[in-house]
Amino acid sequence: MSISRKAAVVGVYEHPTRFAPDKTMYQIMAESARGALDDAGLTIKDVDGLFTTGIGMGAMGIVGFCDYLNLTPNYLDSTSIGGSSFVAHTEHAAGAIASGLCEVALIVYGSSAASQRFAVGTGGFGGSPDPCDQYEVPFGVTTVGSYAMIAQRHMYEYGTTSEQLAEIAVTMRLHASMNPEAKYRDPITVEDVMASRIISSPLHLLDCCIISDGGGALIVTSAARARDLKKKPVYIIGSGEAVRHAARGTRDFLEIAAAQSGRLAFERAGVAHKDIDMAMVYDSFTITVLATLENLGFCKRGEGGAFVSGGRLRFDGELPLNTDGGGLSSNHPGMRGIFLVIEATKQLRGECGPRQVKDCKVALAHGTGGTLGTRHSGATLILTNQ
Amino acid sequence: MAQEKKYAKPLPHLDEENRPWWEALKRHELYLQKCRDCAAIRYYPRAQCPECLSPRTEWIRASGRGKVYTFTATWQNQAAGFRESIPYVMAYVQLDEGPKMLTNIIDCGPEQVKIGMPVEVVYEDVTAEVTLAKFRPAR
Repeated sequence: MSISRKAAVVGVYEHPTRFAPDKTMYQIMAESARGALDDAGLTIKDVDGLFTTGIGMGAMGIVGFCDYLNLTPNYLDSTSIGGSSFVAHTEHAAGAIASGLCEVALIVYGSSAASQRFAVGTGGFGGSPDPCDQYEVPFGVTTVGSYAMIAQRHMYEYGTTSEQLAEIAVTMRLHASMNPEAKYRDPITVEDVMASRIISSPLHLLDCCIISDGGGALIVTSAARARDLKKKPVYIIGSGEAVRHAARGTRDFLEIAAAQSGRLAFERAGVAHKDIDMAMVYDSFTITVLATLENLGFCKRGEGGAFVSGGRLRFDGELPLNTDGGGLSSNHPGMRGIFLVIEATKQLRGECGPRQVKDCKVALAHGTGGTLGTRHSGATLILTNQ
Repeated sequence: MAQEKKYAKPLPHLDEENRPWWEALKRHELYLQKCRDCAAIRYYPRAQCPECLSPRTEWIRASGRGKVYTFTATWQNQAAGFRESIPYVMAYVQLDEGPKMLTNIIDCGPEQVKIGMPVEVVYEDVTAEVTLAKFRPAR
């Protein structure tokens, strides 16, 4: 059974806040849920499936959130695989809807990472009970350090340069300058990125995503019900998820989860790379984008440096990428997978104003969760308005 | 009498499954595991082979020599113990026996570390129970 075209994204909402010391995480989630339901023309009473996780939640946070909003859904999913979780939730919601387990799914995220001064990327990972962590944490592994080791290896194998990585940050900032809600909107240059301090070599400060507060929500429902709602449906036509890890010490570190999840998503959607009009790719760091584009097959392995250069990723380029400004410039409240699906949906609806991609019919969203240099998940979605 | 400074970095959790490996490190010996059924070598230690799920395990002594596979010099880490240690070099070392292990490269400046550089194990006794396997440029 294929779930392609059985479900559609019908409501999206990106919380406009980037710093909210006056709000709790649950409040940001509830405001986001209201926004997405309003966008769809549905109410909270229509929701019968709930998908959520978060960095600030307890182990049973999804049940706590049901208590908070007085929800009694028929279907619960708190898959927690890092920042990609909400891309995976969208796939899971489509599967649950296609098989009749629920009809109106609310996918929601909120975080006050910035106002709580949470060191997302440079805080270390002490205290984990997982076996794998016992052989990493004592050596000072950080999120940025883990990604930095991928960048270093890519430079060694393929001669990729810091200037090429910087091009990604520059393009994201250009896009942020056209997004009134983005946290950082002043244009930057390759030289600015190169002159910013090294956080974990070879990654500079401006190779790293920002830390913000924020949240968002999605409403997914059946293709049949989607036809009667307020906005033009955005159909889920392909998806895939995968993990990559140390593989008992044998891993080729430049192969990432996107290779597997992307292949599945393209096969299931029945589309080719040339059909993708815009992409939302998790940009925790500039290297994340480069490695993901190679592994999704937009270019060959080793060619990512050239591929991201020359304006190809601009909103008016060959492969418009992260038109909201991404995690590098717009927002990154701990996990950002939900924003990938939100912006892709807005582009497919033609709601993006000055940063709108022309004739946008098919979009791809890929989330990475965890860290590329130790272990991570990848989730890919292909969406269309056709 | 001078008080010994407390070790502030996070420590591994020792349990019945991994204790023999950590005890060997305490004796300044580095081991890998090899499956007696399918011959797959594995790092880190675990009770069953992840390839074939066999519990029949041979401990093989590693040479302690390898090459830097990739690395990063960390200039920002807000965790206790590390914020006082920057910059430090974190690396994957590919052992001559094959597996890649995460470690620190010590006894040289970050600018001296290169991918492909031969390195050798150094045992750092950090507490009475825990010794860490770090690496330095091969001599």
